[in-house]
Amino acid sequence: MKAAEFDYAAAGSVAEACRLLAGAGGDGKIIAGGQTLVPLMAMRLVRPALLVDINGIAALRGVAAADGHLGIGAGTRQADALADPVLRRRLPLLAKALGFVGHVQTRNRGTVGGSLAHADPAAEICLVAATLEAELVARSTAGERRIAARDFFAGAMTTTLGPEECLVAAHFPLWREERLGTGFQETSIRRSDFALAAAAAQLVLDARGVCRRAALGLGGAAATPLRLEAAAERLIGTRLEPADIAAARVLAEAAVEPISDLHASAEHRRRVAGAMVERALAEARQAAGA
Amino acid sequence: MAERQFRYIGRKRRPKEDRRFVAGAGRFVADLALPEMLHVALVASPYPAARIRAIDARAALALPGVRAVLTGAELAQATDPLLTGLDIPKVRRFPLAVGRARYVGEWVAAVVAESRALAEDAAERVEVDYEPLPFVIDPEAALAPGAPPVHPEHGSNLLYRRTFTWGAVAQDFAAAERTLSFRARWHRSATVPIETFGVVAQWDAQARLLDVWASIQMPKYPDQLARALRLPGNAVRVHFDVDVGGSYGVKRGIKHSVLAGYLAMKLGAPVRLIEDRLENMRGGDAHGPDRIFDVAVAFSGEGVIRSLRLRALDDAGAYAGRAPLQLGKPVGAIVGPYRIGSVEYEAISVTTNKTVQEAVRGFGQSPTNFALETMMDRVARALGIDRVELRRRNFIARDEFPYTIPSGSTYDSGDYHAVLAKALDAAQYDALLARRAAARAAGKLAGIGIACCLEPSGGNAAFEPLFNPKNETTTWMESCSLKVDLSGTITAAMATSSSGQGHETLVATVIGEVLERDPETIRVVHSDSLTALPSNSPVGSRMAIMLGGAAAGAARALKATLLAIAAHNLGAEAAALDYRDGGVRLRADPSRALSWEALVEIAHRKFHLLPPGMAPGLQAMHVLEVPTGGALPSADGRIQMYPCYAFEAHVVYAELDRVTGQVALGTYVIGHDCGTMINPDIVHGMTYGGVAHGIGAALYERFRYDANGQLLSGSFMDYLIPSSHEVPDIAIVDHCTPSPLTAFGQKGSGEAGYLGAPAAVASAVNDALAPLGLAVAELPMSAAVLGDVLAGAAAPEEKAS
Amino acid sequence: MSEHDIALTVNGRSRRARVPARLTLVDFLREHLRLTGTHAGCEHGVCGACSVLLDGRPVRSCLIFAVQADGAEITTVEGLAPEPGALSLLQDSFCEAHGLQCGFCTPGMLIAAEALLRATLSPSEAEIREAIGGNLCRCTGYKQIVDAIKLAAERLRGSNLGGPGHG
Repeated sequence: MKAAEFDYAAAGSVAEACRLLAGAGGDGKIIAGGQTLVPLMAMRLVRPALLVDINGIAALRGVAAADGHLGIGAGTRQADALADPVLRRRLPLLAKALGFVGHVQTRNRGTVGGSLAHADPAAEICLVAATLEAELVARSTAGERRIAARDFFAGAMTTTLGPEECLVAAHFPLWREERLGTGFQETSIRRSDFALAAAAAQLVLDARGVCRRAALGLGGAAATPLRLEAAAERLIGTRLEPADIAAARVLAEAAVEPISDLHASAEHRRRVAGAMVERALAEARQAAGA
Repeated sequence: MAERQFRYIGRKRRPKEDRRFVAGAGRFVADLALPEMLHVALVASPYPAARIRAIDARAALALPGVRAVLTGAELAQATDPLLTGLDIPKVRRFPLAVGRARYVGEWVAAVVAESRALAEDAAERVEVDYEPLPFVIDPEAALAPGAPPVHPEHGSNLLYRRTFTWGAVAQDFAAAERTLSFRARWHRSATVPIETFGVVAQWDAQARLLDVWASIQMPKYPDQLARALRLPGNAVRVHFDVDVGGSYGVKRGIKHSVLAGYLAMKLGAPVRLIEDRLENMRGGDAHGPDRIFDVAVAFSGEGVIRSLRLRALDDAGAYAGRAPLQLGKPVGAIVGPYRIGSVEYEAISVTTNKTVQEAVRGFGQSPTNFALETMMDRVARALGIDRVELRRRNFIARDEFPYTIPSGSTYDSGDYHAVLAKALDAAQYDALLARRAAARAAGKLAGIGIACCLEPSGGNAAFEPLFNPKNETTTWMESCSLKVDLSGTITAAMATSSSGQGHETLVATVIGEVLERDPETIRVVHSDSLTALPSNSPVGSRMAIMLGGAAAGAARALKATLLAIAAHNLGAEAAALDYRDGGVRLRADPSRALSWEALVEIAHRKFHLLPPGMAPGLQAMHVLEVPTGGALPSADGRIQMYPCYAFEAHVVYAELDRVTGQVALGTYVIGHDCGTMINPDIVHGMTYGGVAHGIGAALYERFRYDANGQLLSGSFMDYLIPSSHEVPDIAIVDHCTPSPLTAFGQKGSGEAGYLGAPAAVASAVNDALAPLGLAVAELPMSAAVLGDVLAGAAAPEEKAS
Repeated sequence: MSEHDIALTVNGRSRRARVPARLTLVDFLREHLRLTGTHAGCEHGVCGACSVLLDGRPVRSCLIFAVQADGAEITTVEGLAPEPGALSLLQDSFCEAHGLQCGFCTPGMLIAAEALLRATLSPSEAEIREAIGGNLCRCTGYKQIVDAIKLAAERLRGSNLGGPGHG
């Protein structure tokens, strides 16, 4: 399984990467970790004329908290993000999600930006980005563009990035509240396979255990990661009793549009989506000190 | 038979082979680089059935570095069709499709270029004009009247059908207190080694000799290759010292090899064909059993099984491959470890427009065991008898061996009760029952799986004459030769390839045992097919028995030679002598002795001191026919299949998530009796691997097709092999009932674990589902499948039939 | 066709080459450098037989183009031995525990284990299984591999040399 021929250029800067993409007339592709792109190229399902390598751009790597968000360079290795103490402390939901991403070897090479740009409906990083309403930063020769997560994921494996745009960073809003709890639950056929359903939950409880703020998302249950606004809204003002969680589950199951494929029926995906929502909420509630 | 004490056999010993592999110094076929070597890529059919109207290779040939594009028409002219085991002359198979493609992925043309990448570039440019034809995917539909035949010349999709009736089946069913019946489905999976099949062929036009290096595990491979290429047998030299990266049956690669061999001869350059993973999964023809079992069983109110009716319909794919014969081998253990008086077995093999099957570990025994053990659990459930107790009641008892089953095979030895008891004890069965009870009380789905089954071993392929009376093959031999050189060191030669079973260690240990020389000092090499003595490859769980037996025979012959030399030089009868550590001394006066070195000297240099008539030098060989082999089947299909029967008893605990359907395997214990183990670490290793492989077949692995005959699970992204997360810790508890038929009491053990694990896991899952009145008799039971089954529990309860 | 000059370190030795852009790192190591210990089992990033250390981290070399490894430090299975003909403590532990059979997945397993033991000498069973979770084996059922890694860890803890690379 050898890739079709292509031209290759290693970009030394984001500007250079953008120039190279612009010069490729829509037939260029960024390669970061390559964990998803290279298999597609090996199977000749993807055949870029030009591969623009951004692994050498140090400016694309790093995690930093500023202005109420956590900025993650698109070229940050998943393994480095997972180990980053600031990320682990300030964005525990993403830290939990990263533990489910692939294997040791793929996390050593795969990047946060790569997962986002690839937009697999079941991808954990995409799910957290959608759930927490991250902002994606893209650059091209035309300048910089900031895209809200809800406007970024357009369909299965499809983002609104233009063929000449390079994703440079993801900004995850930080919640300032004290009693914050997160939950991330996923089910797949084998561990580390593509999720049949993944749920991300982030909650804030007040001193009496009442939910004041909630964000809830589902991955693998539709063409894009779903931010479950109605279900999250339903939880505000409750103590997340079993009936509340069940109600959230019902709302979640109604929102999904799962597919049937060789691995699972749509009905199974719907059921496990609901179960993951329940379990993620229970986990988040526990973590928030309920 | 009392357990013998051995010096080397049965003791901990590091396998000799391991050293080169941990150093990264294995010699796999893809590691070979011959000068001017060319590379092959395949053009595959996108249709399940299509007429091939034309192949236009001009654009492909125009690419620089492309040497040739070979079509099926050319190859079929120049080579003979590949052999099938059945008498079906109208089902002809060549490495490339001839006139008609019969499954998605079938190889239609072969491109040869200076690199694999270039060959793939060129393969994309080969234009094939197809005319799609009607096709059939489902095996039952394939049998129905009007189904499009995969081979129109053959007339139908039926490759083989025979009903064997052994004993008074109809009467036993009529007289029985109870009967039940069910269907069990074993979907298509296979062994899928991490190394794909590969072959390098090089033709020496001066010597008229084809050198072949391949990742091969196949009986009579050199012979079949020569035949297909229309070469004399001694014009093919297969190098058996290539390391094979796992096979477990499937690496037969005969079509790849004929293709590479022909191209090497035609192009005058070495040709390399290494399947990439996509080629391997679809066109490599290494799929496995794909079986529908319809089972009916007659039994008493106390659970004594009287009679069994087993119908096995197997979907061979588009050509016969090894699939039909894989229905025949289970005849040798058709009643499992149970005392069942009569059996009716209907074996049906059909073609469909799918990839072809190859021999898979156990050669059909594991699916059959799954059907048998499902039967036992259902009988137990129907009667309200404990599943363990039911098995005990039906086991052949230790004092009944040798025991002949209705199909004519005799089980050599065993103590099934003891092994099961050991397994239950090691699993702390009472504690498991308590754990299950507690889990259920907490609202969980929990189950314990029990499976007991046999591993027929020794590899007498009597299923060949059984399924094809025109094939009167009764010879299933193995060989070993050894020599002691001038400096007194021992070198032995084995006549076939290895794929991780530690044969070099096996041979060295056996020879060391007999000659009382340290196995570490004994070197074992693999002959090539020109210098090799006859062999039938490591199939049918045969090598411990057959290679071990041949090595023992050769070593014993050498020892007799040493004793004869000593007797002659010490002026005594052999009976008055003691052989010790390679030296010989007079029992009555140990000071009169000849050391190993002295004996070697005499043999190699001092002809004047040799007994009259003895050949000089120090070497021996032994060619061993399979014990109990040599007979043809009777008219009603009774036959001794393999000679030796190992036994295993699995106990596994599982919890099932009610919604996700995830099965979490906890305690896994396997009681295992393969007689004398020559190297425990090697035997245990293969058993752990077999269990893992069986877990894959039970829960994860399936070659899945859509209604258009497209293989959906054609890469490792969709064909799910268990990782370290999916395989629990496994405990093996050993037992030994030696075989009376072999050199040291050893039985075979290459299939251990795989033969019973699918049944055991299915048993555990069904035990977990039983309180809900649900049952599943279809493998694999993936999480999503179980999720759907569990969701159905919201509907009125289904009783298991 | 796009060809590129690369300079990298492989098993401590500087190597230079001119490679086509589409040549993968695994193919470069195997075919150009004749380091055939690293194996290609699937070429789509699942089986792990192609694992090597790149700048000290285990990665799938079938998913990296050789041109991307310019300037990198690569360790393959051939680089684990302390000297020719000898075995590292880790390699020797695999022999002692028979943590292999056919040997095809073994180099990848050793690389994964090497990386784990450089990070910790007291890995739990779960950590061991996670470390090799991306390496498929069809022969062993993983049990003796896990045992081999446990043995190596124990022996390394007991020795007063640091790190699994010492014999």
